[in-house]
Amino acid sequence: MTHSTKVVEKTAIHFAGDSGDGIQLTGFEFSNTAALYGNDLSTFPDFPAEIRAPLGTVSGVSGFKLNFGSSQINTPGGLIDVLVVMNAAALKKNIEMVKPNGLIICNISGFDKRNLKLAEYAEDAEPLNELEGQFRIIEIDVTRLTREALKQSSLTNKERDRSKNMFVLGFIYWLYHRKLDHTESFLSDKFKAKPEIAEANIQVLKAGYNYGITTESTFERYEIKPAKMPSGTYRNIVGNQGLAIGLTAAAKKAGLELFFGSYPITPASDILHELVKHKNYGVKTFQAEDEIAAVGASIGASFGGMLGATASSGPGIALKQEAIGLAAMIELPLVVVNVQRGGPSTGLPTKTEQADLLQALYGRNGESPIPVIAIHKPSEAFNLAFEAVKIAVEHMTPVMLLSDGYVANGAEPWRFPKAEDLPKIETKFAKASDKKYLPYERDENHVRKWAVPGMKGLEHRVGGLEKEDLTGNVSYDPENHETMVKLRQAKVDAIVDFIPLAEFDAGSTADKTLILGWGSTYGAIKVAVINLRNENKSVAHLHLTHLNPLPKNLGGILKSFDNILIPELNNGQLIRIIRDKYLVDAKGLNKIKGLPLLAKEIETAVKTLTQA
Amino acid sequence: MEDKKPILTAKDFATDQDVRWCPGCGDYSILKQVQSIMPEIGLPPEDIAFISGIGCSSRFPYYMNTYGMHSIHGRATAIASGLKAARPELSVWIITGDGDSLSIGGNHLIHLLRRNLDVNILLFNNEIYGLTKGQYSPTSELGKKTKSSPLGVIDHPFNPLALAMGADATFVARIMDRDPKHMRDILKKGNDHKGSSFVEIYQNCNVFNDGAFAIFTDKGTKPEETIYLEHGQPLIFGAESQKGIKLNGLTPEIVELDKVSKEDLWIHDAKDRTKSSILTRMFDDPKSIGHFPRPFGIVYEEDRFRYEEAMTSQIESAKALKGKGDLDALIQGSKTWSI
Repeated sequence: MTHSTKVVEKTAIHFAGDSGDGIQLTGFEFSNTAALYGNDLSTFPDFPAEIRAPLGTVSGVSGFKLNFGSSQINTPGGLIDVLVVMNAAALKKNIEMVKPNGLIICNISGFDKRNLKLAEYAEDAEPLNELEGQFRIIEIDVTRLTREALKQSSLTNKERDRSKNMFVLGFIYWLYHRKLDHTESFLSDKFKAKPEIAEANIQVLKAGYNYGITTESTFERYEIKPAKMPSGTYRNIVGNQGLAIGLTAAAKKAGLELFFGSYPITPASDILHELVKHKNYGVKTFQAEDEIAAVGASIGASFGGMLGATASSGPGIALKQEAIGLAAMIELPLVVVNVQRGGPSTGLPTKTEQADLLQALYGRNGESPIPVIAIHKPSEAFNLAFEAVKIAVEHMTPVMLLSDGYVANGAEPWRFPKAEDLPKIETKFAKASDKKYLPYERDENHVRKWAVPGMKGLEHRVGGLEKEDLTGNVSYDPENHETMVKLRQAKVDAIVDFIPLAEFDAGSTADKTLILGWGSTYGAIKVAVINLRNENKSVAHLHLTHLNPLPKNLGGILKSFDNILIPELNNGQLIRIIRDKYLVDAKGLNKIKGLPLLAKEIETAVKTLTQA
Repeated sequence: MEDKKPILTAKDFATDQDVRWCPGCGDYSILKQVQSIMPEIGLPPEDIAFISGIGCSSRFPYYMNTYGMHSIHGRATAIASGLKAARPELSVWIITGDGDSLSIGGNHLIHLLRRNLDVNILLFNNEIYGLTKGQYSPTSELGKKTKSSPLGVIDHPFNPLALAMGADATFVARIMDRDPKHMRDILKKGNDHKGSSFVEIYQNCNVFNDGAFAIFTDKGTKPEETIYLEHGQPLIFGAESQKGIKLNGLTPEIVELDKVSKEDLWIHDAKDRTKSSILTRMFDDPKSIGHFPRPFGIVYEEDRFRYEEAMTSQIESAKALKGKGDLDALIQGSKTWSI
């Protein structure tokens, strides 16, 4: 058959199926191939909290969203161009997000009576027929074709069925004119120990590809040209992975060894999974008995002269806060990563939310200021983790690094730096000298010197009791306490001179409306602002990465706008800080559904605000 | 160039800080014994760290002229684990109390013991919360009337040595504040032990729980109520060394030496986990009829791999296998493309 090919600028594909269907792997492989081809892209996995949720049900659907194109891609996409479903439940869950006349590729063996019932369709429902005319539907009996492709194989039917995701992947590679070689080498490597499984998967992948060529049906194929991105060398990076590499690289640059204490928690565990691979970089990982031990051990390591770091999500951070207060009191470097998720309490472990900003800033007892940095996209995770380490080490302070499920699990191309181009990180080690070491003597930025065990003549004691200025001896003196509270604050405030000034992502102070964001709403805001500016709306976008201290030019910038909109995935947190600190009448756009913000939601909010 | 090691004395390990425990507190004796063995452990003060939690005993690091941290409640064990894992060459001492290590920090204690990091844990057990002024602790005896238990304690108390055995500790011992010589001996052995040494110290709180251990420490009752363990020696006690303990299968029984010969007594084998566990169970109420004397000394000792050594060896083998990490290789990963 001859098939026409249409060149498109970008496409949002959503892969969906049972959590055991290999959806994440399929999506990830397609993303890597797209990235290596030179497309810009952004991905977002969406999986149930349960490991193996009930098969065939809507609650058990696992999804992987991928937006890729020949132009700049800022989000994993809003509405779906191509929905790939392995069963009826996956269709039911995602159909409302598919664009009119969008393409739906479905495995019809996942639409039998049993599957329809599990997906809670009415008894006589024919969902695919009902969608005819509204969407373009490609029905493939993936299960049958997979088994057929493997009929010579010695594998059981159950084992054969496991590679059906490769059939779908192969077909989509064909549909988008992609080569199989990257996935083939991935499969050979992944199943190195089981060559027959590797072979079966590759066979099915090819069968899926060939199905496109040989089938009687006529399909429209697509071509998405490589994107025009700044020249350089790229790799694909997942947020958690970039963060882990950033910590490792920064420790190296500082001449310190990284000690990472951690307790498993979704969605932060992948940072630990990444770091355990890098033991040859001298990284010490410690899976602790609980969240408190994880941060405690990291503080112990920092006391010993290593770079202590720990990562968790909101509930775990709540447990760590007392120890973070200790690190603030004893003024040791420590990086605490909070990969935020829906809260409060256990909340929505696999869903995204930005509701821990106030916890980061104010969640400890007493006056306990610490610097706070937030990551806004996967490809910035490395840089901001590096920045967190730099501040922690150069200013002798715990630093909270905020990420969230959306950034942590999302992937995009990353133009990575050369190690030699990374900034220096200067440690504040004390030196043995004739002068008596005063643990709480400070430099012009209020930073104390770091004396670690093994340094002769610098033996000293630190602790959580209030410190006497200079000596660090225990002090209950009222004047001293106030002095120390102010000094600890001044030390954090002084960091403002070491962080970048706030810069517009789009627009300028000449615009009327400012959208002020932080964290993972970045992509959605960026798209919204592009659209609004295309409509000649006077809208600027500024995205904060440093939330404590805030950039020193921020106040002046805010005062020049008529309207300020602060979109957040919470009930209004940054807005409180901004209103309090700068006395501006900012308005909030708050979404608390465990889902990312959509560009159109921001556009609507801006229009409402400016009409008011 | 190798420096000649200066000869240190106990005084070199004392700080200029005023010791602020109540007059008569058992902690003074412990501080003195620890300072006095420090010159013998063979390390200069800069290679030694004392880490404590919260409670009266946890003020200890302020009085030791080494590196030290007075941390937060219950977490000394966690912090010390990180320090030791980060810096295996240091001598790390954990100072904790019955509330600090068995109540709020119970979890970290058992995990430290199973990991067997080479640290020394000194558990100052006074069976009371002193710093918060007299509430019952997890080792207070049943029925004890305290500020928070006017009708008597209804929490079954912990048996710290049995707990340590249950967590697979590799060095388990008990000493008392009133026996300084024995204390120094056991502390030195604990320090020599490669692995976590867990030493419970009966420590008198003369303000809130005075005399809690009097029956074991007073001259009049001590010989009948205590038994000093020596590896390879029979279990003998009593003012005239007239009594012994015999094992009848796995059941211990008190015997009179005029009726049973020494050869038939239980010979203490600190390497025998089962017998050591029985020793930790000799924990009955000293007021009860037919009770056993309380054992002091090293109950159990075992050589098992240390966490920090295993951690270091994994890192070394990763380096040998993959080469010392090249930062650019890490950053670029396995697949890249250029534009």
